[in-house]
Parts: sequence; structure tokens; C-alpha cells
Amino acid sequence: MKPTKNLSCRHAFTQTLTEEAVRDNRVYAVTTDARGSVTLNDYANQLPDQFIELGIAEQNAAGVSAGLGLSGKNAFLCGPACFYSARNVEQIKNDIAYSNANVKIIGVSGGVSYGALGSTHHSLHDIALYRSIPNISIILPADFEETVLATRYLVQMDGPVYMRLGRSPVPDVYDGNTRQFIFGKANILKDGSDCTIVATGETVAYAVQAAELLTEKGFNTAVLDVHTIKPLDKETILAYAEKTKCMITVEEHSIYGGLGGAVSELLASHRPTPMRIIGFQDEFLPAGTSQELFSYAGITSEHIAKQTIDIIEKSK
Amino acid sequence: MSSHIQIDTIHNISKDIRIKLLHMIYNAKSGHTGGSLSCVDILATLYFRILRYDSAHPDDPNRDRFILSKGHSVEAYYATLAEAGFLSDEELHSYGVFNTRLFGHPTIKIPGIEAASGALGHGLSIGLGMAIAAMRDNRESRVYVLMGDGEQAEGSIWEAAMAASHYHVSNLVAIIDNNKLQISGNVDDVMRISCLKKRWSAFGWNVIEVDGNNIQELIKTFEELQRNQEEPTLIIAHTIKGKGVSFMENNPAWHHKVPTEEELKTAISELESV
Repeated sequence: MKPTKNLSCRHAFTQTLTEEAVRDNRVYAVTTDARGSVTLNDYANQLPDQFIELGIAEQNAAGVSAGLGLSGKNAFLCGPACFYSARNVEQIKNDIAYSNANVKIIGVSGGVSYGALGSTHHSLHDIALYRSIPNISIILPADFEETVLATRYLVQMDGPVYMRLGRSPVPDVYDGNTRQFIFGKANILKDGSDCTIVATGETVAYAVQAAELLTEKGFNTAVLDVHTIKPLDKETILAYAEKTKCMITVEEHSIYGGLGGAVSELLASHRPTPMRIIGFQDEFLPAGTSQELFSYAGITSEHIAKQTIDIIEKSK
Repeated sequence: MSSHIQIDTIHNISKDIRIKLLHMIYNAKSGHTGGSLSCVDILATLYFRILRYDSAHPDDPNRDRFILSKGHSVEAYYATLAEAGFLSDEELHSYGVFNTRLFGHPTIKIPGIEAASGALGHGLSIGLGMAIAAMRDNRESRVYVLMGDGEQAEGSIWEAAMAASHYHVSNLVAIIDNNKLQISGNVDDVMRISCLKKRWSAFGWNVIEVDGNNIQELIKTFEELQRNQEEPTLIIAHTIKGKGVSFMENNPAWHHKVPTEEELKTAISELESV
């Protein structure tokens, strides 16, 4: 699939954050030698008084961000998702979440964005990790437009959030004159009756394409964009479980503890429903580009469509 | 703060804090006795002579901030906050009772507590963020962070030390409660941290050594810092673990030992007789 804009979600984030920070001097961006990776160079040049470089020291950066958040600032701690979901987790749990500091953790180049750089640079555990820490929300926007809207939302809300963004441009799911971003509320991208494909982040585009393939084959599949994984939109997911009787989740994450985990925990307690979890298996990955690794994990429109047909037929 | 509380009064407050914290630990049957007693004089000096705050308005943006990075000395902290008007003496009795606000490490549930602590090596970074925020807002606020000596083994402290001097965060004051003991024994036997002065100086800090159980010396040191500094300051406060109770002093067994009724009585009579 080709991106329709040549800019990634991290560009959407930094462009929006810069616009908002010009208007709101409580906004601070904090980073750890990652201003290039995050695309924060323009922000840093334009707003040096609202920017703090802390060098390659993620623990300190999380603690400093907490101190800023507890002093009335709206701190955006920006750096690679792989490090911001492992190296400084204790600071995130205690200093940010437990102390209720107004800090937005922006994990860029999330999932397998870094491809062949290997598992040190992958974050396929971040959703599971953040889901298990109280008082912190999780957002994975699907495309450029949704990232813009989510970033505007983060600027005006108060409290700890983790938002994961990918490294490369992604296909547009939304068209520019988009709907609003409603925190905690899934977007129903397509209604349907045979099965529901529930996706998050950059996999949403593949879910939409899979539904188109399924339509050609005579199946009527619903598609949900769960941009907020925590708090989870239980109402919409349960309603679609009831309506379509089976579900497929798709995510750029371990099959353990991510979106699939969240949905299956919900369904097991409230409405047991046949489902499949498409994501990365429990292994360190072979070398490959992010696209090659998506194919390896079965995050392709063809594989999602095939799995959907399989579960529909087995659920009959 | 009451800027000119006399030394004798602060001595009495220190004594009251020690008695209160021993009662809390005795009642709860849990607590960090030795490390609470060692830092009482530092807390009393800060809260009754140095820090600018108003316990009726704990969120005043112009207040000075204090972070107890060695969060396990929480009994001394709660007793100090009670003396300073943030907590009632009555509430101190709830320590150790189910569902009390007074956890065994500081939390933001208590007015006057700026951040949760308890996992070591966190407080200096939080304080640094607060100090940078105050600097950039051109506020007069200063930030004081009290660390342990065993805590110096935490790598994150040195990340914060580096960044504080890089940005010349002169309104940040770190204090080490250098009581020379940690849970497993002598700090230098567990992990050698000697030459603290050299280490911190090498990181670009203004370093001062002081007798951390001498209130007069503490006042002089903190008050001299009120003048313009160009760099962050570290105060190495040499203290005695278990200070004020003869059989607890310099005895690692009292790191988190709870006194018996008899020991409590003896301890309090020793403190009251001074």
C-alpha cells in the first residue's frame, strides 16, 4: 500500500505540537538525543524555552518530565517507543502515573518501525506494559489525520498518556475533512454483519483493505479503529460482538497483552465470542524491513481477509 | 515558613518529631527507624527555617519544593508535615491502620507532598524538572531533594546530576543523609561510594560538607546558599543513623526494626532528657 501523504504520523505530531505550543506556553517537549527521530528539530529551533534536551538518559528524562508536569507544565516526553517502554518504566509508573503528573509519553518509531535494526529497537510489548499500569491511557492513531486530532486532544487534556507513533508514512484512513477524535471511543469505519475486524494504529489501513477484499467475495465485515486502547471502548466492541458473532483483532504488537488481549478479556467476561488475534508471535524476529515483518506476521489485507473467512465459516 | 524561628525552637521541634515517629513505628509495628531518626534535624531545619510554603495553600506556585527521595524515611516526613501544619497529629495515629492515607512511602494523597517516592534514585530527576520549570518561569522557588547514601548506587541519580549541571540549575539543592549504613551493613562495604565530594564536584556541582545533626550548622549552610549560586548544590550531611537514641545509633539492626514497649519507653525518656 502506498501512503497518500508523504509524511509520517511523527511529522503530524510534531507539526501539531509546534502549532499548539506557540499558543500555549505550558507545553514542553522533552527528549533524549532523539530530536531527529521524533522530527522535533523545527520545534526546538522555534521554541527553545519550551524544549529540554536531556541526552541519552531516559530514566532522568521521565523523572524531569514528571517534575515539569507537577509544576503546571504539559510535558511531552518524546523518543523511541522501544526505550520509553522499557528503560524508564519505573519512572513512568511511579513518577508519572502514581504521582499523576501531567506527562504525555510519545513513543515514536513504535512496533517494528525500525525493521532490521532488530529486537533491541522493536516495541512489541509496549501496549501490554502500559495496559498494566494504572492511571495512564494508551493511544495509537491510525494515520496522519488522526495523529493531528489526537495531538490536539492531548494538548488540552490533563494527565498521563502514552501515544505510540510509527516511523514511516502510512496510507490515509481518514480523508482530511475528518470527524472528531473522541478519546476512548472507537471509530466505526465500516458497518457489517458477518464479522468485525478490530484494529489499532498503522494496521487499521490493512483492516480497511481486508474488508474491501471481503466485500468482493460477498462478506459484509465491520471495521473498528480502536485508537484508544485504554480506556477501551467496551460498549462499541460488545455491541459489535453481539451483532457480528465473531471478531478478528489486528495490531503491530505481541499477540500477548495488546489489543487482542484487551478485547478477549472483555469478551470472555461479558460475551464469549469466537475471535482471532493477528499480531506478532512470542519470538524475537528475523531481520527484515517493517513491511517484510508485517507480511511475516500476517499483517496483510489478504491474510486478514483469509482469517476472517475462516472464522466466519467456523462460527456458523 | 516562619523565617526566624530560633534554634532552640527547632531543637524542640526535632525532639517532637523523633518522639512522634517512634510512636508511629511502634503503633504500626513497621517502619524505617534508623534512617528516619538520622534525617530529622535536616527536615526540621528545612521546614522551620528555610523552605517558603504556606500549609493552608500547599499548591502556591511560588512555594519552595521538597522531595524525600529516600522515601523510606516517611515516618520522619509525616511527623514533620504534622508539625508544619499539613497533617493533624490525630491522623498520625492512623499510620499502619487499614486504608490510611499514610502509606509506608510518600504519596501525593498528602497535602505538601510533591511526588510519590520510595523507589530509590527518582527524587533528584523530579526535583530537577521542578527546578527547571521554576527557572524558566522566573520564579524564586528553590527545590530541595533529600537522598540517602546507599541510594547513591542508583545510576539514575548520576543522569540527573549530569543534566542539572549542564543546565546550571542553581535553584536545585540536593542533600545526602550520609548516615553510612544501609540495610545490609556499611554503605562502603555494600558498594563503595567514598569520595562523594570528588564525584559530585566532578559532575559540576557546588559541594558542601556539614554535620547533618547540627541544626546551627545546617541553618548556616542553607542560609548561605540563599545567595546567588551559579551551579546546583550538593550538601553532604554527615549524620548518625538512629540519632538521639543511644541503643539505635550506628546500629544497622535498627534500619527497619520496631521497638518493643520497653525500648520505646527508654528511647522517649532519653530524648526527653536532652
